[in-house]
Amino acid sequence: MCDTCGCNVTEANRSLIEAGGKHAKTEGGSEAVEVLQNLLHENNHRAAHNREHFDKHKVLAINLMSSPGSGKTALLEATIDALTHAQKKTSKDSEQLSIAVIEGDLETENDARRIRDKNVPAIQITTGSACHLDAYMVHDALHELALDGLDIVFIENVGNLVCPASFDLGHHLNVTLLSVTEGDDKPAKYPVMFRGSDLILVTKTDLLPFLDDFDVSKAEKNIRNLANPAPVLQLSARKNLGMEEWISWLKHQIKHYKAHLAQGETVLPMIQKDTIHKDQSEKNYQHQHSHTHS
Amino acid sequence: MHELSICQSIIEQVTQIALQNNAQTVTRIVVRIGPLSGVEAALLEHAFPLASAGSIAQDAILETQCLPIRIRCNICANENEASINQLLCSACGAWQTSLLSGDEMLLESIELEKNEEESHV
Repeated sequence: MCDTCGCNVTEANRSLIEAGGKHAKTEGGSEAVEVLQNLLHENNHRAAHNREHFDKHKVLAINLMSSPGSGKTALLEATIDALTHAQKKTSKDSEQLSIAVIEGDLETENDARRIRDKNVPAIQITTGSACHLDAYMVHDALHELALDGLDIVFIENVGNLVCPASFDLGHHLNVTLLSVTEGDDKPAKYPVMFRGSDLILVTKTDLLPFLDDFDVSKAEKNIRNLANPAPVLQLSARKNLGMEEWISWLKHQIKHYKAHLAQGETVLPMIQKDTIHKDQSEKNYQHQHSHTHS
Repeated sequence: MHELSICQSIIEQVTQIALQNNAQTVTRIVVRIGPLSGVEAALLEHAFPLASAGSIAQDAILETQCLPIRIRCNICANENEASINQLLCSACGAWQTSLLSGDEMLLESIELEKNEEESHV
């Protein structure tokens, strides 16, 4: 359990909460208090605050999740190259995209360094032993990141197909990578993660000819079995295959997001749509008060 | 796994509510955990003594309730129970379904014992 995999306590677990709800006596004479509050209430509150911060700056925040080693950082490097290349070819300002990255890892600055080498701002969060990012860690990282002029912030979560799925960070979209070396049954094995994905990227597709046990159509069927309509795109970041579809998906999402902002609405990732609906006490999801920033 | 973090979040919420109600002890904590929440009820129960030690809820019983996964078909409106990785309509076979229950992660209620002096007032 926790001692084995190292998930630890963060500020999201500390200091809660609003007054308890309705009161009633139980048969034993003790007092029962109805609460109906999400178990991660405080994290969700902080996530709503982060999302408001992104929305104020009109920056689309994308949570990248996957197993360790499925190519999240390589995808970001190739994405930066593709965007830079496109910008050299076009003079139209409207086509240019400016991005930044928040990197989550247990240890090392290696991934942030790889992104900075491409002249893109990157903030590294080292979680120590925690196996996921939470809204508090992202909030702290946002204090170090200037959002003005950005179009997208990628949040590269800790490589893990379990825990990150439960924590809202305040982002707008979940993108989950599934590398072909992992097996096409991963969505059936990790249903919570893949049910909440807004896009699934099958990565390292240049290796498909060497693998006889990964069938993209089976992977897609396993995703549909989770009632998830998310698109499934295939790419190889290293061999620069399939990048155009991914870039055009990103551009489409930016348009979609800005259209929502113009209506005074935000965009919520797949899982949180359900959570809000179910969590009857989550008034704070619509974040309505201000926090001061140092 | 993240069940210890979640247990600690539960204890913090429960402690706040207990203090607000001038309670001496918390005797029962009821949480609702769906199979699709990403939280394992058994692991939560294992982690609970670690998280609750020394708190106002250290002698409390943690009760985990689990609702079955139920879905409604977006095509034919049929409702049925489903397994965790087969959220399919049992009538027409469609995968275009909506979840009715099964992803809950709620602190539902707690039971408190108040201070003696208070209850006689």
